[in-house]
Amino acid sequence: MTWVNTIIQGVLLGGLYALFACGLSLLFGVMKVINLAHGDLAVVAAYVALGVITVTHVPALWSVVLVVPIFAVLGYVVQRTLIQSSLNRGPLNTLLVTFGLSIVIENALLQFLSANSHSIPGGTLVTASFNLGSQIQIAYLSLVIFVVAVAVLLGLQYFLSSSKHGRLIRAVADDPEAAQLAGADYRHVFGIAAAIAFATVALAGFAFGLYSQFDPTSGTDLLLFAFEAVVIGGLGSLWGTLAGGVILGVVQQIGAQINPQDQILAGQLVFLVVLVLLPQGITGQRRTA
Amino acid sequence: MTGPAGTGGPLLEVRGLTAHHGQLCALDNVSLRVMPGDVYAIIGANGAGKSTLMRTIAGLHRPTEGSVLLDGTDVTGLRAERRLAAGIALVPEGRRLFPSLTVEENLLVGASFARKGPWTMDRVYELFTWMRDRRGQKAAQLSGGEQQAVALGRALVANPRVLLLDELSLGLAPVIVRRIYAMLPELLQVGVTVLLVEQDVSQALHVATHIHCLLEGRTTLEGSPEGLTPERIEGAYFGLASPAGQASGQGREPA
Repeated sequence: MTWVNTIIQGVLLGGLYALFACGLSLLFGVMKVINLAHGDLAVVAAYVALGVITVTHVPALWSVVLVVPIFAVLGYVVQRTLIQSSLNRGPLNTLLVTFGLSIVIENALLQFLSANSHSIPGGTLVTASFNLGSQIQIAYLSLVIFVVAVAVLLGLQYFLSSSKHGRLIRAVADDPEAAQLAGADYRHVFGIAAAIAFATVALAGFAFGLYSQFDPTSGTDLLLFAFEAVVIGGLGSLWGTLAGGVILGVVQQIGAQINPQDQILAGQLVFLVVLVLLPQGITGQRRTA
Repeated sequence: MTGPAGTGGPLLEVRGLTAHHGQLCALDNVSLRVMPGDVYAIIGANGAGKSTLMRTIAGLHRPTEGSVLLDGTDVTGLRAERRLAAGIALVPEGRRLFPSLTVEENLLVGASFARKGPWTMDRVYELFTWMRDRRGQKAAQLSGGEQQAVALGRALVANPRVLLLDELSLGLAPVIVRRIYAMLPELLQVGVTVLLVEQDVSQALHVATHIHCLLEGRTTLEGSPEGLTPERIEGAYFGLASPAGQASGQGREPA
């Protein structure tokens, strides 16, 4: 029964990882940008949410309504300025620029908000749980995050496959120049993709802030988990990302069950094994040239 | 709906176009005038600058000098996506479909920023009858000839005034090439003007109303196909010290 519990907790944790990972996956899939500031942006979103709650005294969940659109706009702006101009100068530059952005964000947070850790006060949602049988206890928060993650992935999948803008995003991901010949300004389409990615990272950062303590340096771990989820799942596949997140979550929980110190290590090991044996990820999606 | 609004001038005009790839001069002071209803063929050997010319007209490549005018309006400063809206559509070399999108989605992307006009997806499906049944297939799974047809359809649904065709025949079986070129009259009927690049000179001579030969980025010969002898075309094509000078006909050879 303990193991069943471990796996269930792992699956639920995997939802959070998948929520983190889908923005990273989208940015890489569409514009081949590996956003090394991804985790730090999530932390910033958590801080902004905390700030909104502290200043306005609205219930925690209400701050999402503000934070997610702010980050969508921020994503569009950052893409059209920083990332696009580095893309124009070659693919390696985006790594440098997002790495720099990551350092700037982390140190700015340390400078202005101190190294103290915080969490978003979620009230009863954070503490409440229900029991399945005698051994399995499920926190409402974990369940809600998992459901939200699946809903976001479903929505994203539907948007990409069925809407006009989603179609343009896929077309631009295939061949930006050909899309340009079809009348699409790929820089604008990149901006839309970045807006979506930033919106999801804000949501993930908010969920993380409810779920756990965060401090200015939390972003590095978050980036690593998101990256591992994407690679395990296979690049370019949203369902792969969910599967990758869930695998990572389950493995981490199993590791923690064996020895609490082994939680992160177990995830890393599985990541490395997948990288060696299944470099395309478990979904074996199309090779991205 | 044919031609410019009663100006009588060229629909597409290129003036003194010079373009570079890095240090290399790919186009050197090339000018051309495409009249409404023309099938204007650019011929030339590999590396003559044909594709650079097409890409520069479509807005994918910035010229070093010179200008591109559509119906008398200077479009040199417009990005490629704005030129499509103005009425210039390029079917690029190598077809460049969106491989992970279906046939239908490729056409839908083409229609996303379309001008108003006679071409609809239905009309494309009528032109290429096999396409409707296979519209759900991924573009990557099509044969070269089928991909070329979809690429043509994707450009047509945008309702261009000038259609640029870059090496339609590249990598295709001759019978497929003939079949695709057999569509041209139908396009012309609805008022599309065509500027095409072709390595296959006999094919170009067969369909074109005007021939323009490039050699190492320079114009070596232009004129109507009837006025040009095979010898002169050959001379201009390969850059031989040709008998061009003594040949008769309406061909103009720039100094």
